[in-house]
Amino acid sequence: MVPHAPASLLVRNGALSVRLADEVARFSLRLAPADTGQAAAAFGGPLPARIGAMSQSNGRTALQLGPDEWQILAPPGDVDALSAAFAALPVPHSLVDISHREVGIVVEGAAATLALRSAIAFDLEAMAVGTGCRTLFDKAQILLIREAADRFRIEVWRSFADHVWGLLRAASREIDLDL
Amino acid sequence: MLLIRCPYCEAERPEVEFVYAGEAHITRPTNPSALSDEAWKDHLFTRTNPRGRHFERWRHLHGCGRFFNAVRDTVSDRFALTYKAGLPRPTDAEIEAANAPAAQTPATNAPAAQNQEARS
Repeated sequence: MVPHAPASLLVRNGALSVRLADEVARFSLRLAPADTGQAAAAFGGPLPARIGAMSQSNGRTALQLGPDEWQILAPPGDVDALSAAFAALPVPHSLVDISHREVGIVVEGAAATLALRSAIAFDLEAMAVGTGCRTLFDKAQILLIREAADRFRIEVWRSFADHVWGLLRAASREIDLDL
Repeated sequence: MLLIRCPYCEAERPEVEFVYAGEAHITRPTNPSALSDEAWKDHLFTRTNPRGRHFERWRHLHGCGRFFNAVRDTVSDRFALTYKAGLPRPTDAEIEAANAPAAQTPATNAPAAQNQEARS
């Protein structure tokens, strides 16, 4: 959890809600792009084939971050099953459990893009729903996922989470006061 | 802030996600021991430092993490073209074609295969 932070930030008029996401299991998967077909069996569905694209199956979400890199989000109880499935995979790969490295933050509401824009440099309006990318939030590296038109999820390393949370708190305060 | 097209992500991304990584298309000598000190010094330290078009490496550090090559004008800071690492140096004609107004998504076009990699 983010230390010294309330469970959520809420803007009075309901335009913005910032809260910590429920715990999930996270994995970093490195794999040759040619082997994604075989890895699909272990994942339980096709892996995305384009950087930024996401695919979901059985509650697991895979997001492609680089030509040979994926991040998998799964229910917390799924860690052993997912690890075992990939351990049986005959192709060279690396699956690392990074569940406790990161914190999830959900930014939701009509003012979600406005709040994120305070610290993210690219055009959030142009980001398609159901895509994600690695980027910078102020100076902190994050994973940004657009789950819906007005709902974003940030995945950030624990050591940076306080900083991100503080900036979101400042942005939501400004939105609250309509500055 | 500059927008730089990453040839791997196939998207325009903000400059802060990238780091500069020096001049591109520098081939390491296959047998450094055979070089004179002068030639080895040139390989290590001497760069073209042009005024105008420059072929250079960049890394999409806070994105896909990949190194790629870019053609940038050092006067105007304008990126003419970005292309994947390992591809040969694009010709003038390819760079012009990529910047023609009619070009749709020129930045990922693979340059012709017959270019020489020798340093000029």
